[in-house]
Amino acid sequence: MSEEKKMLKVSSNPHIRSRVSTSGIMLAVVLALLPAAGYGIYNFGPRAMAVIGVTVASTVLTEALYGFCQKKTTITDLSAVVTGLLLALNLPVNLPLWMAALGGVFAILVAKLLFGGLGQNFMNPALAGRCFLLISFPKQMTDFATAGGSFGGITWDAYTGATPLAALKAGESVNVMDMIVGRVGGTIGETSMIAIVAGACILLLLGIIDLRVPGSYLISFVIFVGLFGGRGFEPAYLSAQLAGGGLMLGAFFMATDYVTRPITVKGQYVFGIFLGIMTGIFRIFGPGAEGVSYAIILGNLLVPLIEKVTRPRSFGCRKGGKAHEA
Amino acid sequence: MSDRRLTADKPAERLYNGLVKENPTFVLMLGMCPTLAVTVSAINGLGMGLTTTAVLMLSNLMISLLRKVIPGRVRIPAFIVIIASFVTIVQLLLEAYLPALNKSLGVYIPLIVVNCIILGRAESYAYSHSAIASLFDGLGMGLGFSVALTCIGAVRELLGAGKLFGMAVLPESFTPISIFALAPGAFFVLAGLTALQNVWKSKRSVHASASGSESISSEEMPTKQADSESAQEALPAGCVQNCAACGVSGCSGHGRFYDDRYQDLSSDNKSDNKSDEDGLTMIELEEEES
Repeated sequence: MSEEKKMLKVSSNPHIRSRVSTSGIMLAVVLALLPAAGYGIYNFGPRAMAVIGVTVASTVLTEALYGFCQKKTTITDLSAVVTGLLLALNLPVNLPLWMAALGGVFAILVAKLLFGGLGQNFMNPALAGRCFLLISFPKQMTDFATAGGSFGGITWDAYTGATPLAALKAGESVNVMDMIVGRVGGTIGETSMIAIVAGACILLLLGIIDLRVPGSYLISFVIFVGLFGGRGFEPAYLSAQLAGGGLMLGAFFMATDYVTRPITVKGQYVFGIFLGIMTGIFRIFGPGAEGVSYAIILGNLLVPLIEKVTRPRSFGCRKGGKAHEA
Repeated sequence: MSDRRLTADKPAERLYNGLVKENPTFVLMLGMCPTLAVTVSAINGLGMGLTTTAVLMLSNLMISLLRKVIPGRVRIPAFIVIIASFVTIVQLLLEAYLPALNKSLGVYIPLIVVNCIILGRAESYAYSHSAIASLFDGLGMGLGFSVALTCIGAVRELLGAGKLFGMAVLPESFTPISIFALAPGAFFVLAGLTALQNVWKSKRSVHASASGSESISSEEMPTKQADSESAQEALPAGCVQNCAACGVSGCSGHGRFYDDRYQDLSSDNKSDNKSDEDGLTMIELEEEES
């Protein structure tokens, strides 16, 4: 095509396109989750790999089957892989594999596809799957005792008993350093703060997530825990609360989900602060030791309201959308 | 079987209407409170359904018999009094003869008084139809409700406890998915079954229209003319022609589900349906405003 013809080409908008695609973003998120997944496998042994594999396979297969029935291909946007991986990282290593698969099916089918697929889901599918499993199988989902063993010359330690958060809640002291590195019990992907933050840094550097939601989430959480936790702003206690449980995973990988966070900038701060306060309430005043999942799901439900309240003034209009009188 | 084979307001048509076409749970979405609350097990669902059926039949019959003497203005309180009487009778009977079921259904038995299926049928059907038709309308609606509740209860019991009607049917190794025994499970199962019956109905209607003009052998089958006439006659009584395609909510467009006054004020083009009584009400309303 000659230069002249190119200039005369008529097309409808948009004229400027970004190279960023859904599958590219999802691929980056998968890569960013790999450190946490890798540490989980190192920490808990090959069974962790089996749980991750089964969960991812179930989400991808569900998406593929549904797409086959609907005669459209949604599998290539990789969002099912992200959902499956996130869900797997939120499961304890001893969970029976069929339960993990069931959680994956629920997450994709009920929480996402039945509402219209990616972009239409009103809550984070991975968290919906986790909460479904948590309500359905409370015993298996909170069984964090793992047996040590060896595989191919590599040995790993056994972790038994309560998670650090439960110990913290019971008033026992915990080793903060272990919690930051990840040498504690918990779900597969939540234990190592270092691995999660490393993954989050990838996403931050790539510009896929920003610090608005995680930052306001973590800061408001620290302030809330400092005020109401009963131990004041004691650094060891606060860092244990920050490093324990699924807070880091939730703040960087789940609360930042494009679909289920507010799109307004102001709304994202409101969302983050709400999550911080709710997580604090669940952890300190709730019956369980952990509350990140429920806090984020509750926040997801409030997103339409938050967006409505924080809708920015459109140019040339007064607040409320009415045009200026001439 | 197609709707056209059945004469409107005959017992068979009423049963079919309540069970399939206008199933109170899956189509009309009425009576959701007991539907979601008591269907933890199949037997609970069945018990609740049959109790409601008894009350529904008796109250429909009584309201239909009394429809000439109940003044239009106070019909709702009158319906409530009639329904409440029958609910009290049924509850006392349950307490005497089925104390276990009564205990497991608990407060939901007295709450049948305010079940919207019963009030809805009284308002939209029994108040304007003959006693026998109303009785069978109540039976059909009640059975439709019972079948729906039993299905929901069976699925929830199977998944939430591994049992069916109290008997263990799944092996010991099955871990119950306890969310199905809780409130969220009720919503999931209700939504799932509603979707399934919608799929079934849409497939059936496609099938029926594909083989539309097949010969129908039924003694009740009317001639085409009579059929269309009876269909037109049935319209004001709570149009049940094609609920899915009809824009009017809850078959209330031609029926008496809501207060007639507001309906007539909002839609003047239906003036040929208006009775003298409605005209009077309109005039009175205008006087009140002025």
